[in-house]
Amino acid sequence: MGHTAISVRGLTKSFKDKEVLKGVDFEVGRGEIFALLGSNGAGKTTTVNILSTLVKPDGGEAEICGFDVQRQPEQVRRSISLTGQFAAIDGMLTGRENLIMIAKLRGVPHPVQTAGSLLDRFSLKEAANRRADKYSGGMKRRLDIAMSLIGTPAVIFLDEPTTGLDPEARIEVWNTVKELAGGGTAIVLTTQYLEEAEQLADRIGILHGGTLIKTGTLSELKKMFPPAKVEYIEKQPTLEDIFLEIIGNKEEK
Amino acid sequence: MRNPTGVLLGRMMRTILRSPDTIITVAITPIMMMLLFVYVFGGAIQTGTGPYINYLLPGILLIAIASGIAYTSLRLFTDVKSGLMARFMTMPIKRSSVLWAHVLTSLVSNALTVLVVILVALVMGFRSHADLLHWLAAAGILGVFTMALAWLAVITGLTARSMEGATAYSYPLIFLPFISSAFVPTETMPQIVRAFAEHQPVTSIVNSIRALLYEGTVGSEIWTALAWCIGIMIVSYFVARRAFKHQLG
Ligand SMILES: Nc1ncnc2c1ncn2[C@@H]1O[C@H](COP(=O)(O)OP(=O)(O)OP(=O)(O)O)[C@@H](O)[C@H]1O
Ligand SMILES: [Mg+2]
Repeated sequence: MGHTAISVRGLTKSFKDKEVLKGVDFEVGRGEIFALLGSNGAGKTTTVNILSTLVKPDGGEAEICGFDVQRQPEQVRRSISLTGQFAAIDGMLTGRENLIMIAKLRGVPHPVQTAGSLLDRFSLKEAANRRADKYSGGMKRRLDIAMSLIGTPAVIFLDEPTTGLDPEARIEVWNTVKELAGGGTAIVLTTQYLEEAEQLADRIGILHGGTLIKTGTLSELKKMFPPAKVEYIEKQPTLEDIFLEIIGNKEEK
Repeated sequence: MRNPTGVLLGRMMRTILRSPDTIITVAITPIMMMLLFVYVFGGAIQTGTGPYINYLLPGILLIAIASGIAYTSLRLFTDVKSGLMARFMTMPIKRSSVLWAHVLTSLVSNALTVLVVILVALVMGFRSHADLLHWLAAAGILGVFTMALAWLAVITGLTARSMEGATAYSYPLIFLPFISSAFVPTETMPQIVRAFAEHQPVTSIVNSIRALLYEGTVGSEIWTALAWCIGIMIVSYFVARRAFKHQLG
C-alpha cells in the first residue's frame, strides 16, 4: 500500500476498432489531486470507468490502494467512490433520502446521522426534504458529491465535476475538492477546463491521442509549453474574474 | 448483514408511492377495454358461460400486467441513463441485487394495478365463488407471469438506446391476448388463427385462471401455463444476466 493510492501502467482500451487508450501510465498519491485534462472524446471517462471497475481494460495494469481493478474488484469498490459525468441522484427521492440510501448500501453505522451531517456540510439543509429533481444544477452536483463521500473512500473519482455549473457553483465544488484532499483522500478529476486543473490539481496529466502526452505539476507543464499556450492558460481566469466581479457588484447594490 | 436488495426495493417503493398516477395510467387502458367489451361488443359475443365480464377478466388482467411491465423497462433505463446504475455498480454491493430490486418492484406495482382492475370489475358485476386457495393459485400464476415479463423487461431496459425503445416491446405483448381465448372462444376462429391461439401462452394462462375462479378446479392447462411462464422467466433471466455482464465491459 504505502503512499501510492492509484497506479496505472500501460492501460489500453478499444471500442470495436476504435483505439481509445493506447498505453496510459500515471500514479496518484494519498491526499493528492490529479487532473486528467483532455478534449471531448479523449478517453477521460473511459479511464475513470476502468479505474472504478465499470469497464474492463484490454491491457495494462491498474491498482487502487494495492488492489488490482480486474482481479480484486470487490476490494477496489470498498476503496473508491465515483462521481460520474452526470449527477447520479434519484430525482424521486429527497436529498436526505438519497444520502440515507447510499449510507445504508455502504453499511455505515448511523445512516441518518451521516446524512444529516453531510446535508449541513454541503449547505443542503434547507432543501433536505425536497425532491432532488427540483434542485438546481449546483445543488444536484453538491448532493452527488456528498453521496460519494459516504463511507469515507480512500480514492474519489470526479468526472467533469463542474461542467454545466455557473462560476459560483464551480468555486463551491473546488473548495470541497480541496478540503477532501486536505483530509488525505486521493482525487482523480477529469476536466476540459485548463483553469480548473490549474486551480485544483497538484499534478496534471494531458490525455491526447490515447496517451498521457504530458504529466507534471502546473509549473513543470508551463515550462514545457511554448509561451503562446501559456498565455491561453492565463486568459481563462480573467474572463471568469470579470464575470464574478460583475455578479459580486450586483449583489452589493 | 445489510441487504442491498431490500434497501433498493425500499427506494423504488417510494418512487411508486410518490407517483400513484403510473398505477392509474396503467390500469386505465385495460379498464377502458373491459368497459368496451362488456357494454359494447359483449352482447354479441357468445361464450356459452355466465356473465361476459367473468369470461373477460383473466385476459384483461394479463393486458394490465403486460402494459405495466413497460414501466419496469423504463425505470431501469432511467437508472442506467441517470448514472445511478454506475454508482451502484461501483459500490461494494452484490450487483445482481440491483436487478432483483427492479423485478420485485415490478411484482408489487403490477399487483396494485391488478387490484384496481379487479375492483372495477367487481363494480361491473364480476363474481367468483372460488375459495381462498383457488384465488391464491390464480394470484400465483399471475405472479409468475409478471416475473417472466419483468425479466424480459430487464433485457430491454438494459439494452435500449432510447426511452421509446425501452417501452416499445410491450406492444406485441399487449396484442397477444387478442389472438387467444381471452375475448372469444378459440373454436370460432379460422383454422390457422385458431392453431396459433391455442398454442401461445396467453390461452393456457387465461383458461387456467378461469378454471380456478369459476369452476373451482385447477384445470388441465395449468401445467402448460406454468411451463410457459417459468420457461420464459428462465430464458429471460439468463439473457438479462448476460446483457448485464456484457454492459459492464
Ligand atoms: N461504450 C462505448 N462504446 C463505443 N465507443 C465508446 C464507448 N464509450 C466511449 N466510446 C468512445 O470512446 C471515445 C472516448 O470516450 P470518453 O467518453 O472516454 O471520452 P471523454 O474524454 O470522457 O470525452 P467527454 O469530454 O466528451 O466526456 C469516444 O470517441 C467515444 O465515442
Ligand atoms: Mg467524459
